[in-house]
Amino acid sequence: MAEFWTEFLWPLILILLKIMAFVMPLLMAVAYLTYAERKVIAAMHLRKGPNVVGPFGLLQPMADGLKLFIKETVVPTGANPVVFLLAPVVTFVLALVGWAVIPVSDGWVIADINVGILYLFAVSSLGIYGIIMAGWASNSKYAFLGGLRSAAQMVSYEVSIGFIIVTVLITAGSLNLSDIVRAQSGLWFCIPHFPMFVLFMISALAETNRTPFDLPEAESELVGGYNTEYSAMTFAMFFLGEYANMILMSSLAVILFLGGWLPPVAVAPFTWVPGVIWFALKVSAVLFFYLWARATLPRYRYDQLMRLGWKVFLPLSLAWVVLTSVTMYLCGWLPN
Amino acid sequence: MTAFVFYLFAALAIASGAMVVTARNPVHSVLFLILTFFNVAGLFILLGAEFVAMIMVIVYVGAVAVLFLFVVMMLDIHAVTMREGFLKILPMGAAVALVLFAEMSLVFATWMMAPDLDAVRAAAEPPLTEMSNTEAIGSVLYTDYIYLFQMAGIVLLIGMIGSIMLTMRARVGVKRQNPHEQATRPISDCIEIKKVATGKGV
Repeated sequence: MAEFWTEFLWPLILILLKIMAFVMPLLMAVAYLTYAERKVIAAMHLRKGPNVVGPFGLLQPMADGLKLFIKETVVPTGANPVVFLLAPVVTFVLALVGWAVIPVSDGWVIADINVGILYLFAVSSLGIYGIIMAGWASNSKYAFLGGLRSAAQMVSYEVSIGFIIVTVLITAGSLNLSDIVRAQSGLWFCIPHFPMFVLFMISALAETNRTPFDLPEAESELVGGYNTEYSAMTFAMFFLGEYANMILMSSLAVILFLGGWLPPVAVAPFTWVPGVIWFALKVSAVLFFYLWARATLPRYRYDQLMRLGWKVFLPLSLAWVVLTSVTMYLCGWLPN
Repeated sequence: MTAFVFYLFAALAIASGAMVVTARNPVHSVLFLILTFFNVAGLFILLGAEFVAMIMVIVYVGAVAVLFLFVVMMLDIHAVTMREGFLKILPMGAAVALVLFAEMSLVFATWMMAPDLDAVRAAAEPPLTEMSNTEAIGSVLYTDYIYLFQMAGIVLLIGMIGSIMLTMRARVGVKRQNPHEQATRPISDCIEIKKVATGKGV
């Protein structure tokens, strides 16, 4: 019995506690990201944004959450009920499982696995399923068109994201996310790989279906796209999943290019600040870019989106992979 | 514990594999196929081959199955008409299964009967403590097997060019965008630049 306790039950409890310690702040971050989005966009539109519920409207996300909780979930008659209800769950779960390998500070990670970056890439490439399943199961033309657009868009941009990740891997010499961050202690990768950093930020917008690439839910032509038929809690799960994915992609950008938990310069006042604070600050800065893009840019046309992905980003990132590896090889900078 | 997890993944893989061929709705079939891929990836992780497991998920689940799903959803397939062809295709399917089974048995039989072949198999896998398996794959793939690897790439390239050639046809009377022309329009034709005071708006 004692062995069962030490070998199995205690590690299990420990892992569950760790997961809670990650998921709770994440969900709070998601709630306040929606608030920040409304406030930031309002400021850019010269409006006030939410300012009624609580001081400065700070309780607005709670009110919205409560509203979504207590409303009725409607399943359309023509829908395929199992797949219809599975789709939001898939989206939400996939948005959370990616966090298992994100190091928010040195050693602060649930699973420090060797192939961390591949795991994250796999999880983000699965994100399509929630959307395409929702589009099909709703049995509605708008939702279906949204789902198909999303599938084509995410598959296209994943290819270039894959090559961008390869350039970082060649430079860092590891697939482990903590090692990638440690490799940047001298110089953040956003400086030598600046073009790839720009490409990654744009591809991340496309990968998370954000403006200017939000064609899957283009409200002016597709009503609400893939989530047209969703209501209450099922809609809330899509919403939470989408925002958690935004934060996940921002963290990935921070880990790959902006030095993760490392301070900008390793001198006294900067090194006093704990790594997790640096990480949160950098993620917030990247998220601000997301919101800024949404307030500023009009939506892309579908053919332009595809052209950009396949004819501009893919050749550019591929050329950069070759350039990086040749430079690293000729200068003898290749790790080990 | 490992044995329990192995049987769990194996049983789920076989069960969902069976559902792929028996499900009435083709979309459900593809979803079960995805579940099969996942369980196989789980089995790879149990073997200590985490790189192969991740590539399995990225390539098969993240890309191939998405395209399957894409196509199956677009096709107007009726489950009933699919059933009718079932008996006709059955002998062919059984023959393919038999050949695959025979080949797999041959591979295992060779390993069992020729002990020196076992040495060849072991040489390719250095112990996990020495080298992570991503590193191990990379160190042989780009050195010992470089020609085979490049050949596989060329075969894929030919396949890709072939499928593009088969589906591409020149159509007349289609209005096309010319991105170059669009990008080189003079700025004065399309936008008007205004000085806007901060916090005032237009």
